[in-house]
Amino acid sequence: MSESLIEVRELTKVYGADDTEVRALDGVNVDVQRGEFVAIMGHSGSGKSTLMNILGCLDRPTGGEYILDGRDVSRLDKNELASVRNQKIGFVFQSFNLLPRMSALANVSLPMLYNGTEKLSAKDREARAAKALESVGLGNRLHHHPNQLSGGQQQRVAIARALINQPALILADEPTGNLDSKSSVDIMNILHKLHQQGTTIVMVTHETDVAAHAQRVICVKDGKVISDGRDGHSPCLGQAVGGGNETE
Amino acid sequence: MKLSEIFGTAWEGITLNKVRSFLTTLGVIIGVASVIIMLAVSAGAEAAIAEQINGLGANLIIVAPIRGVPGASRTLLLDDAIAIEKQVVGISGVTAEQLPPPQTVKANNVSLDSIPMIGTTSSFPSVRDYPVALGRYFNNDEDERKSKVVVLGSGLAKDLFGDESPLGQTVTIGTTKFTVMGVMSPKGMVADVDYDGRVYMPISIVIQKYMPTTTLGGDRVRTIYIKAESQEKIPSAIAQITSLMATRHEVPVSKPDFTVQTQQDIIATQEATTAAFRDLLAWVAGVSLVVGGIGIMNIMLVSVTERTREIGLRQALGAKPSDVLLQFLIEAVILSLVGGIVGVLSGVGGSYLFGSLGSMRTAIVPLSIPLAFGAAAAVGIFFGYYPATRAAQLDPIDALRRE
Ligand SMILES: Nc1ncnc2c1ncn2[C@@H]1O[C@H](COP(=O)(O)OP(=O)(O)OP(=O)(O)O)[C@@H](O)[C@H]1O
Ligand SMILES: [Mg+2]
Repeated sequence: MSESLIEVRELTKVYGADDTEVRALDGVNVDVQRGEFVAIMGHSGSGKSTLMNILGCLDRPTGGEYILDGRDVSRLDKNELASVRNQKIGFVFQSFNLLPRMSALANVSLPMLYNGTEKLSAKDREARAAKALESVGLGNRLHHHPNQLSGGQQQRVAIARALINQPALILADEPTGNLDSKSSVDIMNILHKLHQQGTTIVMVTHETDVAAHAQRVICVKDGKVISDGRDGHSPCLGQAVGGGNETE
Repeated sequence: MKLSEIFGTAWEGITLNKVRSFLTTLGVIIGVASVIIMLAVSAGAEAAIAEQINGLGANLIIVAPIRGVPGASRTLLLDDAIAIEKQVVGISGVTAEQLPPPQTVKANNVSLDSIPMIGTTSSFPSVRDYPVALGRYFNNDEDERKSKVVVLGSGLAKDLFGDESPLGQTVTIGTTKFTVMGVMSPKGMVADVDYDGRVYMPISIVIQKYMPTTTLGGDRVRTIYIKAESQEKIPSAIAQITSLMATRHEVPVSKPDFTVQTQQDIIATQEATTAAFRDLLAWVAGVSLVVGGIGIMNIMLVSVTERTREIGLRQALGAKPSDVLLQFLIEAVILSLVGGIVGVLSGVGGSYLFGSLGSMRTAIVPLSIPLAFGAAAAVGIFFGYYPATRAAQLDPIDALRRE
């Protein structure tokens, strides 16, 4: 098995056709090593979410190759993609995406329901979910529903859910986008800790202080990677990239 | 995903909006209940008809005139009954009946108006399996001699004489005095006739006193009842009677002026009319089941739209299209099965309720319960499938982006 967890070659994603054609990704090449913590930055509309969706096996590229954990996943069918998502990937969304009618425990348990390889009993699932919630500091909120939790707490539930099937990769698309600065710090501390424990994390963010937690910043513009560096100097870090409404 | 877990997930979806789920199942409940009730009502009607006709007596063959058949020269006569009794083999008795207009009946100081009369031959109690309770029926001699004797229905005897014994007492019918020879055993209503409220008298007297004289000659009777020796002898008896009657009436067998029927024939004719009615009811009930199914489809489509984001999330977390499909399909099936169970219970309850109200008789058709229940499940699968495939085909990114 190669060192790279993610190998992306000449990846393209084209929306629409002819006049309305949008090249959301235009020849992206990226490698991510196991255990890396990578931030993706770029202006609004630059293609960050499009890239994340393909990395997360939620979408298939128009062209190019995506090898995840040694397996080409760019041409898999819906069922195979679903099981790759379940086994290999944990998602953290900007808007948390917790099911409102379920307790924190039930929300965290969801990915285990769809786990085809590791079938746990209801009791084991609950124990594991409780442990995951404890690890993000919510051991005393197991039976709270999302509307009884703060934004930061909801995002911590989402992180626990992302971790529950022990995925190879955590994908976080603007995980602090909906949070105040205090909660953002909590979330980044958790991601930082996960990184130290060896988890591979790819995160999209607009905030330079959030990106500062990553070892490596990939800067995307118009569907292309314009810089990829570990030295803390990135064109995306140099300028104010917060918010999605500025023009170039 | 294990089936039990899919059930759990589907159940969560149902309990998400309890009022709406209830209203959705209401369509199925009404459909299933009406199937069961409709079938119970028509089965009850059929049972009532069969019971009444069987109540006429066992192994009966009934001969009646067809009125207004072209070329029919004669109508049913007492002599026909006598000829049948003499010539047909395999029968144990024949009786003829004639119904005069109702009369006023007086006894001591009691006077009752419009009492139905019936004239019969002496074999009436044995042919019709209707024994005398007190005293005896008139015999053939008394019939032939036109003796002024009567036998009373049990209810009429009580009305006229109270607790006194009517035997040997005199009753005045119209202006003629009759002696009471016996009282029939209680029988009640059969085919809309109150057997207990009638006066039974020799048919000879009825023909002589109450029936307008016929220009056709002979003594007209209304019906001839023939008792076959056994069930097996009925077909041969019918054949003999038919050819004998055709000869006597000088009509071809293919164009008779009379009918020869068994009780089964009469039940079958009656059932043919109720069957058409029953089929109509079953269709109406079936349509209401389909309407209930459309209600389920409607709600499931709304539910899929409302829960698009949830579907997208589940897909992101690893739900396969088949997991999503089953979740929504099972949700629809649970809704319709719960509707089916409640519908069966209310259908059975409703059938008993209608039956106990008195005016209607109901008999729950056992087959209607699995039938209605199975139909409900089929409706759930059929009408749940389309919304479920819509859910399963959602694109996870689109679904997650939807608000
Ligand atoms: N489903 C789609 N159909 C057509 N065009 C799309 C679709 N999804 C994205 N795009 C286009 O692709 C480009 C990249 O979009 P993407 O969502 O990846 O941007 P982003 O970098 O995540 O922006 P933001 O920072 O605002 O989230 C945009 O121009 C967008 O309009
Ligand atoms: Mg985005």
